[in-house]
Amino acid sequence: MAVLELTNISKHFGAIQAVNDVSFSLEAGQVVGLMGDNGAGKSTLVKMIAGNFRPSHGTMSLDGTEIVLHKPKEARLHGIEIVHQDLALCNNLTAAANVFLGRELRRGIWPIRILDYKAMYKRAGEIFRELKSETRPRDLVKQMSGGQRQAVAIGRTMLSEAKIVLMDEPTAAISVRQVAEVLNLIRELRDRGIVVVLISHRMPDVFSVADRVIVMRRGRKVADKPIAASSPEEVTGLITGAIEQV
Amino acid sequence: MAITLDQTIGQKQRSWLASILGGQTFWVLIAVILACIFLSVATDSFATSKNIYNITRNVTFVAIIALGMTLVIITGGIDLSVGSVLCLCSMVLAVVMHAGYSIEIGIAASIGTALVVGAFNGLLIAYLGFPPFVVTLGMLSIARSLAMVASNNTVVFQFGPDHDKLLALGGGAWLFGIANPVLYMIVLALLTGFVLRWTKFGRYVFAIGGNEHAATLTGVPVQMIKVVVYMISALSAGVAGIIQTGWLGAVTTNIGAGMELQVIAAAVIGGANLAGGVGTAFGALIGAALIEVIRNSLGLLGINAFWQGSFIGGAIVLAVLFDRIRNLRRDE
Repeated sequence: MAVLELTNISKHFGAIQAVNDVSFSLEAGQVVGLMGDNGAGKSTLVKMIAGNFRPSHGTMSLDGTEIVLHKPKEARLHGIEIVHQDLALCNNLTAAANVFLGRELRRGIWPIRILDYKAMYKRAGEIFRELKSETRPRDLVKQMSGGQRQAVAIGRTMLSEAKIVLMDEPTAAISVRQVAEVLNLIRELRDRGIVVVLISHRMPDVFSVADRVIVMRRGRKVADKPIAASSPEEVTGLITGAIEQV
Repeated sequence: MAITLDQTIGQKQRSWLASILGGQTFWVLIAVILACIFLSVATDSFATSKNIYNITRNVTFVAIIALGMTLVIITGGIDLSVGSVLCLCSMVLAVVMHAGYSIEIGIAASIGTALVVGAFNGLLIAYLGFPPFVVTLGMLSIARSLAMVASNNTVVFQFGPDHDKLLALGGGAWLFGIANPVLYMIVLALLTGFVLRWTKFGRYVFAIGGNEHAATLTGVPVQMIKVVVYMISALSAGVAGIIQTGWLGAVTTNIGAGMELQVIAAAVIGGANLAGGVGTAFGALIGAALIEVIRNSLGLLGINAFWQGSFIGGAIVLAVLFDRIRNLRRDE
């Protein structure tokens, strides 16, 4: 059964039609590459799923129930997590502190509730172990590699039982070796039965990790097919408009 | 493989010893201790109980405000108004008590004034997006002017029926002969240190200084925390003002003039980074201590007092220089 189902979703800002009548469904344990040129509507689409925008038309349903999201926090409560393009990390804090930022664990009795460092280090360590990432919870994020930073940002999505993880350009600004690390992190999430939506410009990344590719052009969905049935050439054609639709 | 991964995850990159040795605060502390040892040997008057008593007490006013300033600096802000706020709060206390009210009412009025000033700064900075420098520079001017208005620019040295209580509060030594202001400073420093290390609020203060945008995205109530931080800064100035009034036994409209620079210097020497995200309560005390030891020693060594500014300025540059050298090495 579909985890998330979008039906005839549209979004316009004034006269600008950012997303036009898009429908698709996401299934558990699937990595979906969402591709398209700048301004094709990928970000707007993802922001609607993450609760930043409300669709002008159309419905979204999660596990068969229709949902309306007003705020990112509500999306989070439904198990929809987003990894921002800039990762939203604080360099001066430890990996564990970043994972738990805004959701700190505390112990003690009110009014003296103190931060539970031990529990947070332990849980963060477990998350990094699950992600098979050599990231130390007690180290400052400042000193970390791009891959480790991704692990910290992705670790946040694993604090609660996420169903859907939206990743905005996770491989845009890191080295080749670190890209491999991030793609492994994505596979780890998939193996845990999480739907991963990978927004990316990088053709090789999408083709090595995604099961399915959705291509957007000018606000419309122009392709939605298994990765095995497509090719980088075809996707490039779809993105630029050389190929109209498949 | 699983074992090595576990071992890696369990490790810490730097041991606690290495992180202490790598900290700016540690080296400033060493400098303070060395200076004290040198002065004890080189002069007869430094290690006398009277001089130590004076030094510890003089440190406190700058140190207490530096605690509040450290919070502001950690969030990446600055509060230039503290010297004037100290003056305004002292004057409110003095005027209220002079008018015949009790010390409790005087202190309540003074603290209330500090909180209102801090909230004003904070609201403008957090919700209207004013640069902290501009807002607090404006407040520097406003607060001192209000102090002049409140007192009609006179010196107040009569504090009504509770005159003696106020003087005992600031000038007494209730515990083991330690000057009262020093006790207040220690309690406030412990409190600040606790808040920074062990509370959600403290964690958010660091997060805002590290990456304000990230803090917002992850659901940290950034604006509220900022307002509270500026209120704490003003409050620390108000508390220092109350204690200083009790110690001096008189309030003029020029007390605390230029103090903001000493306070910022203390915080920065103690390891707070003006770019935000770094700072400790202990560092604020050590920074204030170094400034006071320099000041005191110049007098004792018979060096012309005009040199004071050069030495304190040099200490600021030196302290931060160490930090820069360490960072340069890491960046390479």
